[in-house]
Amino acid sequence: MAAEKMALAKAINESLRRALESDPKVLVMGEDVGKLGGVFRVTDGLQKDFGESRVIDTPLAESGIVGTAIGLALRGYRPVVEIQFDGFVFPAYDQIVTQLAKMHARSLGKVKMPVVVRIPYGGGIGAVEHHSESPEALFAHVAGLKIVSPSNASDAYWMMQQAIQSDDPVIFFEPKRRYWDKGEVNPEAIPGPLHKARVVREGTDLTLAAYGPMVKTCLEVASAAAEEGRNLEVLDLRSVSPIDFDAIQASVEKTRRLVVVHEAPVFFGSGAEIAARITERCFYHLEAPVLRVGGYHAPYPPARLEEEYLPGLDRVLDAVDRALAY
Amino acid sequence: MTVESTAARTPRRSASTKSTAGKRTTAKKGAGAAQGTEPQLVQLLTPEGKRVKNAEYDKYVAAITPEELRGLYRDMVLTRRFDAEATALQRQGELGLWASLLGQEAAQIGSGRALRDDDYVFPTYREHGVAWCRGVDPTNLLGMFRGVNNGGWDPNGNNFHLYTIVIGSQTLHATGYAMGIAKDGADSAVIAYFGDGASSQGDVAESFTFSAVYNAPVVFFCQNNQWAISEPTEKQTRVPLYQRAQGFGFPGVRVDGNDVLACLAVTKWALERARGGEGPTLVEAYTYRMGAHTTSDDPSRYRGDEERLAWEAKDPILRLRRYLEASNHADEAFFAELETESETLGRRVREAVRAMPDPDHFAIFENVYADGHALVDEERAQFAAYQASFADGQGD
Repeated sequence: MAAEKMALAKAINESLRRALESDPKVLVMGEDVGKLGGVFRVTDGLQKDFGESRVIDTPLAESGIVGTAIGLALRGYRPVVEIQFDGFVFPAYDQIVTQLAKMHARSLGKVKMPVVVRIPYGGGIGAVEHHSESPEALFAHVAGLKIVSPSNASDAYWMMQQAIQSDDPVIFFEPKRRYWDKGEVNPEAIPGPLHKARVVREGTDLTLAAYGPMVKTCLEVASAAAEEGRNLEVLDLRSVSPIDFDAIQASVEKTRRLVVVHEAPVFFGSGAEIAARITERCFYHLEAPVLRVGGYHAPYPPARLEEEYLPGLDRVLDAVDRALAY
Repeated sequence: MTVESTAARTPRRSASTKSTAGKRTTAKKGAGAAQGTEPQLVQLLTPEGKRVKNAEYDKYVAAITPEELRGLYRDMVLTRRFDAEATALQRQGELGLWASLLGQEAAQIGSGRALRDDDYVFPTYREHGVAWCRGVDPTNLLGMFRGVNNGGWDPNGNNFHLYTIVIGSQTLHATGYAMGIAKDGADSAVIAYFGDGASSQGDVAESFTFSAVYNAPVVFFCQNNQWAISEPTEKQTRVPLYQRAQGFGFPGVRVDGNDVLACLAVTKWALERARGGEGPTLVEAYTYRMGAHTTSDDPSRYRGDEERLAWEAKDPILRLRRYLEASNHADEAFFAELETESETLGRRVREAVRAMPDPDHFAIFENVYADGHALVDEERAQFAAYQASFADGQGD
């Protein structure tokens, strides 16, 4: 495969294909991932090419999917399981938290858990209940798990490669509303480390930190702010556990202001952790408190209200204004 | 018409049952009565130690030698001795907790000795007898109960997975592992242990579904010891547990869980099915938890002595001893030597536990991740600095 422009969903598909080709122990499992190719077509064509033994349509039982993936990992396989939507992960939460996350520690390092749990997440697609949530903080709180979320096609491709190669369980949050956004993917490239953040727009006046679907929103915010003469830096965190605090610190020491943006509720969200730690690290550099923009402490609303709930251009700009007013 | 009228009567019947709910024996019979009669147990040795013929299962133990029979007896006696020592060590404060297997020795040794070395075991936290069969050093089992680790053995060293405390979770791991065996084209099998309480867990139902759908080589070995802490089996099910298998499309059988020969035979049969590509089997070993759920439990709050006494008469070790004696397969010297060996084991376990050191403080941060994690590194460094702050002598 030569370098080409492709949608984020297609980039994950190509990455899974490459993993299935290069390692016979890699398996793809989930509901409708086989013949249908997944409800978002992320696994399109994989079962046809790799067979039912490696691309497995599972019963509709999320705990069963993750629990059997753990058993397969114990047998030496590297399962990549799909949870069809964010809101459906909770039947598997027990297996993920009590078993998958702790197996390496409780075996004193004798057992590895190379399992990737793919979860299409986030809102903005006008879906029904339980199809638009951002539960990443519920997983980041659990030691033993690694949490990542790509924002673009190239990262989606490479971060999936790295997640599959990881001997730790990785929860891979896919920004479903960006599935159709295109970007260049070069399979010959040499990717950076999985858990390092990246400055996607340099600036001097304030840092916007985001991951997954909100990176694009933040880039739009930075463009809009530029028209008003404000020079914002945008940091794509890429990883929620671990979080690249060194990168955030470096940026904040330069800009002295930080706004964290995510779709997940602000309360106990990843922004709260970032605010606390950056306040500790950068206390004498900060010109304003770290502000957060995210969802409200309310169930994800019906689709007709989601634009009010989700952090959009104007809400992020409002936070930028407030931070700059200090 | 008949079905409808039965359904219509059901609520009234439940209501009348309610008034006699205090009579546990009556309620218990109800579970079997729902099917008409109490199901037959597969039994090869009666509680009196008489060998009874069984057309279906005799062949699985037909070749068993007197030496092997003595071996099964030895396994059960040593397991019980180890178990008693662990209970004593808890009472002495050497262990934080112990989950005794007293009464379940036949179910565990019979099934454990049916396994091949390349089979894989997924235990609960009470499978000390199975661990013994797998060659896991008994002292290794005690680390987690003493609080020095959460499982001290290498699962792949003896194909014996770590103890699982969350009820039923391991049945899915067993199923996944068995799916892997099938993918590898290997002819080994997996056995998943769980109890009557776990049978209510969704994970157990899901493991039945997955194993059936993928025809996975797994044996589900349910030790129905009648009690899930304080809840009797009729709080978990209205049908005998082995019958659950039918709805998932694979066979289930109830075996006398206090009969080591029957447990050996039935498990061998089930493993043979697994190896032959015939998929999962559910074995319900009908047994009794003679002791408390754990050392923290007080069974006198929920059950009387009568029941225990009735089960004591069906003791698994006693019945094999009667058989060995009656058939002249063991002499006094054998029993005397075993008694000595038991005491030696007890002493070894006692000394090993007392000598077990507390883990290094930094073990908190070890093995959290296989490939490391920046936050763990940072917190380990903070912890080290905090600890080092006491080392400058000013605190003394």
